[in-house]
Amino acid sequence: MHHSFKTLAVSETPQLLFGRSLKPVSCGFGLTLGNGEVFPELNFTLPTMVLDARNLSAVFAHYEEIGLMLERAAARLKLPGLVAEFELLPPMTEHPAWGAEITRILSQHLQKLHAECGIPCALRVTPTDIRDVTKPPELRSGIPLERVLQSFEQCASSGAHIMSIESVGGKEVHDEALLYGDIDGIIFALGVLAPRDMVFLWDRIVAICRRDGLVAGGDSACGFANTAMQLSAQGMLPEVLSAVVRAASAVRSLVAFECGAVGPSKDCAYEGPVIKAVTGAPISMEGKSASCAHFSPVGNIAAAMCDLWSNESVQNVRLLSGSAPEAYLELLAYDCRLFNVALKLGSASHYQQLLVNSDAHLSPQAYVLTPISTIRIAKAIVGQSNHYLMTLAAAREAVVLLESAAKAKELDLNSREADWLIRIAESLGALPSEEGQMIALMDERYGHLYDRGSYGL
Amino acid sequence: MQELDNLALLLEQGQMQSVTTLTQQLLDAGIPPQVILNEGLIAGMAVVGKKMRDGEMYLPEVLQAAGAMQAALKLLKPHLLRDGVPSRGTVLIGTVKGDMHDIGKNLVATMLQGAGFDIIDLGVNVSPEKFVQAVEAHKPAIVGLSAMLTTTMLTMKPTIEALRAAGSDVKVIVGGAPVNQNFADQIGADGFARDAVLAVERVKQLIDIVP
Repeated sequence: MHHSFKTLAVSETPQLLFGRSLKPVSCGFGLTLGNGEVFPELNFTLPTMVLDARNLSAVFAHYEEIGLMLERAAARLKLPGLVAEFELLPPMTEHPAWGAEITRILSQHLQKLHAECGIPCALRVTPTDIRDVTKPPELRSGIPLERVLQSFEQCASSGAHIMSIESVGGKEVHDEALLYGDIDGIIFALGVLAPRDMVFLWDRIVAICRRDGLVAGGDSACGFANTAMQLSAQGMLPEVLSAVVRAASAVRSLVAFECGAVGPSKDCAYEGPVIKAVTGAPISMEGKSASCAHFSPVGNIAAAMCDLWSNESVQNVRLLSGSAPEAYLELLAYDCRLFNVALKLGSASHYQQLLVNSDAHLSPQAYVLTPISTIRIAKAIVGQSNHYLMTLAAAREAVVLLESAAKAKELDLNSREADWLIRIAESLGALPSEEGQMIALMDERYGHLYDRGSYGL
Repeated sequence: MQELDNLALLLEQGQMQSVTTLTQQLLDAGIPPQVILNEGLIAGMAVVGKKMRDGEMYLPEVLQAAGAMQAALKLLKPHLLRDGVPSRGTVLIGTVKGDMHDIGKNLVATMLQGAGFDIIDLGVNVSPEKFVQAVEAHKPAIVGLSAMLTTTMLTMKPTIEALRAAGSDVKVIVGGAPVNQNFADQIGADGFARDAVLAVERVKQLIDIVP
């Protein structure tokens, strides 16, 4: 039974704040998220090294070292709470036992941290979506799907507390459409293909989590909107396009919650604020303290509504201070102290305003993340009857927001960006209002890229 | 020649229909196909590459130009073959084993096509053995290896070793987010490029084509 969100959980901007969610989530070792505090979510990965069966002891040793560091550094930094995220690399999902063993190692260290220091903590585990190994991807059957689900099951029974994924349904079309700046294909991928795959996948993930008493966290439009963001950062795509993609991508990420996910949403899901407004669930976000993994134009504003604050990913290498994961845990810890002292002193709204205003006028991608934009996009989404129309409405609302902001000189847009915004608005305006028409139209253009059966079409 | 300059400009603007129409008109007027290719189409794509590198063109505009180039090449190809004009060379490209990322690799392939090279794209997750087989079958001038992960970039070295063990001296160029010149040197690659535009320049250098 899927939940359909017809109204907003949070419809007023003052209630859309960091550290506070309408539906806090309890998980792991005594941790409650979204209940008045922001906690660090530390994500880490291997340094440059071979990852195969012959090298497993060296791989496990890295996670053992990270686990020991977490125990030591969390106590040193007097953290009020902590989420550690283990994001599997593709071979760790192809061989589910490898990911399960690393889950066990990390979970044991967190258990010890809680037992010995009383620090509430939880482990998020994120198997890799490896179903796009074939072209076109076979999403609903085959060995990659089996491995992904086995990975969820084995990690779930090895000590994971929160489970997430960055799923790839629709990406095969989105990649192509994005490179050509084809808004029609983008909306089709995000509004028709991706939601269908999300339902298929998240029904299964939620079932595993419920069976084992775990928290179904959420998904991320990483392969979609973050790809756009990175191409914009390299000057390859207009920022207005990436901003519209971000807004539109919220719908496919929302589907996880329709299927039963409860948050915290995934850190790299910059569309998280819309999820929070619609569902009331706590969200994880990343920004300036994730520059170890990638750059972004939303370093401060991304923090404005977060409940977990993440570094995205850092390799386990040595820096002058110590290990890179420990260095980034310290950065996150100090960021979180500021959030939490602002909440305690009644200055949270003012601090949020600083985070928002420092970024919003400089980038369209930041502008669509303001609390006001978030509520507007979320409202546009819940007023629609199916995922295609929800996606279309989110994209159109983002365009209206950007047009108004540029006109009011609240947002700096150069002439090339402004031209693209007009082009996007015209394309969105010409799209059919019936999903069936859209499918027929896009099947002609992109039918060679995707397997209809993988989407139940 | 004014018409060739016009052709280059239309290509830069990505006007596929106009590019193909003018290409056909130039062929009908007896302009040698190699001249149309070099002084019209490749000249236009060179401007596109420069503008992309300088941040003056977005990727969709670049790809539109590349699409116009492909359409015009279809018209020219039979004439070039008839005149015995050699291809600029074949580049065999793929993302290495264990890695599914293909956007960067696809961009490089598109820009190389735009520069007049023939491309054989092996796709993603390509094993060293598959690279060896494809090199033996297609005899490319260059092999391009792509990787996006710090764990998969290490597969580039065994891929190059497999090519050498099979007796191939094909030049190998590598790229991808975690790759740099130092790494390329360490694994015995012949070249490295940090983006698609530089990849075209590096490929030209490796096979001694004057830009």
